[in-house]
Amino acid sequence: MGFISNDIIIEKYLRKDMLPTIFCTGCGIGSVMNYALRAIHDLNIDMNETVFVSGIGCSSRVPGYIYSDGLHSLHGRAIAYATGVKLANPKLKVIVFTGDGDCGAIGGNHFLHAIRRNVDITVISINNFIYGMTGGQVAPTTPLNSKTTTTPYGNIEYPIDLSMMAKVIGAPYVARWTTAHPVQCISSIKKALQKTGFSFVEVLAPCPTSYGRLNKMGNTLDMTKHFKESTINIKLYEKMLADGKTTDKMVIGELVDIEKEDFNTKYNKFCGELK
Amino acid sequence: MIHVNTNYCKGCLLCVEYCPKKVYVKSEKLSKKGVFPPEVKFPENCIKCHLCELMCPDFAIIVEDKDDK
Repeated sequence: MGFISNDIIIEKYLRKDMLPTIFCTGCGIGSVMNYALRAIHDLNIDMNETVFVSGIGCSSRVPGYIYSDGLHSLHGRAIAYATGVKLANPKLKVIVFTGDGDCGAIGGNHFLHAIRRNVDITVISINNFIYGMTGGQVAPTTPLNSKTTTTPYGNIEYPIDLSMMAKVIGAPYVARWTTAHPVQCISSIKKALQKTGFSFVEVLAPCPTSYGRLNKMGNTLDMTKHFKESTINIKLYEKMLADGKTTDKMVIGELVDIEKEDFNTKYNKFCGELK
Repeated sequence: MIHVNTNYCKGCLLCVEYCPKKVYVKSEKLSKKGVFPPEVKFPENCIKCHLCELMCPDFAIIVEDKDDK
């Protein structure tokens, strides 16, 4: 599998006057943006018929760099806006960039109900385990005993697992990767973009400035190494479960890939029946 | 040819770590942005896998497929 050169991505998809990006040194959000744009390039998606939607947060700055229509909406309401865009004009491809706080805490209900309705949108959630932009407060995905500026002696709350939540409510496509798995991540985003229905890709990204510094995890190199060590592929995990072993590691991979009728199709059918 | 845009680079050095052929080394000179960017030390070793471009979060590296000989 050959990869294209970055100059095609910069020329075709990015607003050059906005570069360099605002993200900190070693932040994973730029990588995720790169992966998403490469997936879009491989699928030949028309940028004139694509809308990028985001809420508030570090990850939500992504649509500002992409040369396409974008919507930088209220905190946590990215998925609600995306639902509106998709229902108003079903021809558009709607891609949501959201963070863990935006998607899991403030916008938690929108996330649940967009999955329940099965609206045909693609949500790329960049999970860095912390509220990075506002100074490193505890987020709902912060692991137990992690230090943040609001939990200086360690976090005592259990974290939520966004991918497992999406799986349980019944999203047709759920995948989780880290920025240390670029090839798998691109192929998962491609599958998510092709899927009709709510598709969710969670990417674990390093935040060396807030999370890494407070937890003494070192720079982005150490953090990406840590991601590789502390995650386990779902195929290996299922084998381990079959052998009766358990593990504390985070499960990554394609968690769900099923076919399910989406909201727009159902709505059109319903309207046809009424006529 | 490998171009490193020192204006975009923030010096995370993911490219130095993830290059399978160790083409890059950390530069000893500070860039305009005040960081140590990667330096293309062994361009002849490059196999054009584009992994450095993929890992770079700042779109700072461009690897040209064609060699201008």
